[in-house]
Amino acid sequence: MAVDVQAVAPRPSRLARFLKGDIAWSFRKSPVAVGAAVVLIVIAVTAFAAPLISPQNPYDLKQLFLDKAELPPILSKDGEWPYLLGTDPQGRDVLSAILYGSRISLAIGLLSVALAMTIGVTVGLVAGFFGGRVDNLLMRIGDTVLSIPTLLVAILVSAVFRELLPQNMREGFSAAILVLSIALTGWVQYARTVRASTMVERRKEYVLAARIIGVKPSRIMRRHILPNTLTPVLVAATLNLGLAILSEATLSFLGVGMPVTQPSLGTLIRIGNQYLFSGLWWVVVFPAVQLALIVLSVNLLGDWLRDALNPKLR
Amino acid sequence: MPDQADIMLTVEDAACWFDVSPPWLARVVERRPRRLLKAVDGVSFTVRRGTTFSIVGESGCGKSTLARLVVGLIQPTRGRLSFGRVDEAAGAGAAPRVQMIFQDPYASLNPRWRVADIIAEPIRELGLMRHSVDIEARVAELLGLVGLARNDACRYPHEFSGGQRQRISIARALATQAHFLVCDEPTSALDVSVQAQILNLMRALQAELNLTYLFISHNLAVVRHMSDEIAVMYLGRIVEQAPAEELFAAARHPYTRLLLDTIPDLEAPNRSRAPLAGEVPNPIDPPAGCAFHPRCARAVERCRTETPELRTIAGGRAACHLVEQAA
Repeated sequence: MAVDVQAVAPRPSRLARFLKGDIAWSFRKSPVAVGAAVVLIVIAVTAFAAPLISPQNPYDLKQLFLDKAELPPILSKDGEWPYLLGTDPQGRDVLSAILYGSRISLAIGLLSVALAMTIGVTVGLVAGFFGGRVDNLLMRIGDTVLSIPTLLVAILVSAVFRELLPQNMREGFSAAILVLSIALTGWVQYARTVRASTMVERRKEYVLAARIIGVKPSRIMRRHILPNTLTPVLVAATLNLGLAILSEATLSFLGVGMPVTQPSLGTLIRIGNQYLFSGLWWVVVFPAVQLALIVLSVNLLGDWLRDALNPKLR
Repeated sequence: MPDQADIMLTVEDAACWFDVSPPWLARVVERRPRRLLKAVDGVSFTVRRGTTFSIVGESGCGKSTLARLVVGLIQPTRGRLSFGRVDEAAGAGAAPRVQMIFQDPYASLNPRWRVADIIAEPIRELGLMRHSVDIEARVAELLGLVGLARNDACRYPHEFSGGQRQRISIARALATQAHFLVCDEPTSALDVSVQAQILNLMRALQAELNLTYLFISHNLAVVRHMSDEIAVMYLGRIVEQAPAEELFAAARHPYTRLLLDTIPDLEAPNRSRAPLAGEVPNPIDPPAGCAFHPRCARAVERCRTETPELRTIAGGRAACHLVEQAA
């Protein structure tokens, strides 16, 4: 939709305007938001660069040494370099496992939020724009999904998919199944948000003007209404990222999520839980702290974004 | 009666009813009846090419619904709207392009689009031009036409005042090469000084591009400035219609007189005038007989029982038993 009007003076680029804008200003003024963002960036970068920076590949059996098993963190008396956070009974480095696990957790969280957002925004736009029976049908489906506990739906979906897939494919698809089952329960919130703002926008005169010109409904929804409904969706998406990561961890902890061969943070906590009473606290505490850090900083960022985008709070 | 080729729009007995019944469950459980809101109920008029036809009336009398009927945003429950043909360059007669200017200049432009994209949308959508260079030139031309600068094209709507936004709205409507503009209270959200500018711009454009206007307003001073023909609406019906000067010189319907009485007069600011008593009755449950009789000082028994028809009288049409008797 960009029209290049060369005859006029150049305007500052999008990025330059963004950096000078209200959002960037409010970000700089909020130490909590800056702190959360820094923590999140560090976690994300180290997680996605895990194969490059972690001391060992915890899933390569050739790199595991049983004589290095059950080492405590490096700050205690028996700690050993390079096992900063200690090792588990198989000689796996806890730090490396956390980095690899965070990568899986973050990826599943981001993908499931993206999928839930796509489904929810589409459903909300269609329901809000057309109204009437379409709206009724879609929203009742949403109500039904919401009336069943999230975890139950997720367990059901993963159980069904597990049965449908042949044995040898189950592990490969477990991440996809998780993304799908979290997204299938998460889309309703986006649908409701978008439906509400679509119903407001579609009555506005700029939408009527487009209808008089003869713009097709799909185009009006995409080009006119969607951009004007996205602000609350972005806030919801940020807050839901934390929830999605937690759901993934819960499912993995319960054993219906990621398998032991590709452990996410939830799987690591489940494995570590078994050693808690043998005194190997570091195997479970450090993955749990990492999970808490991720969810906390995502939520703090989401809270800040919600306030920053609310014109009444400026 | 004007020549057939001269007519831009004919509205015949148009009606638009809305179903405002309570939900099905409430109707069944609480035995509440179905309810119809007759927003427009049997309206007929013709608009001549190149003229301004105005519709005036208080809030809730159905003028905006009528505007939406004319541009096709809603379908009439009954009756017919037919447009005259216009000569396209190809020579064949085609239906005129109808566009609308809205009341609220803050809601009528998408806040996330640049002005260039807003004005170019109809050009792209209707396939009037293919190349972006042509479109850009056309946008600049349109901006010039409505009195804005060429480099306003790359600004966003929030950077403009109400009057400037209304100019952008007009440019967008003209981008379609419109023949017929429906203006729904285009100046009621603007300052008085800006109102005059916009109205003068609209008149200049009408003369230059031979536009036809259907002008909707509650402001009689504005209507007088703009109109060739005026229809007064009350509760979904036309109660009086006459050429502009005739209506202001000799209004026949008591409601029209009441409206004229409410215009502030600079010469006699303290003149005594009958206040516009009461409010518009609920259109869901209109009074029997003449809809205006509860507020009419001259109402007689017949007004309470018999609905007056819109009859042709010298110089126009009026729907009032008293006018009929006098004629």
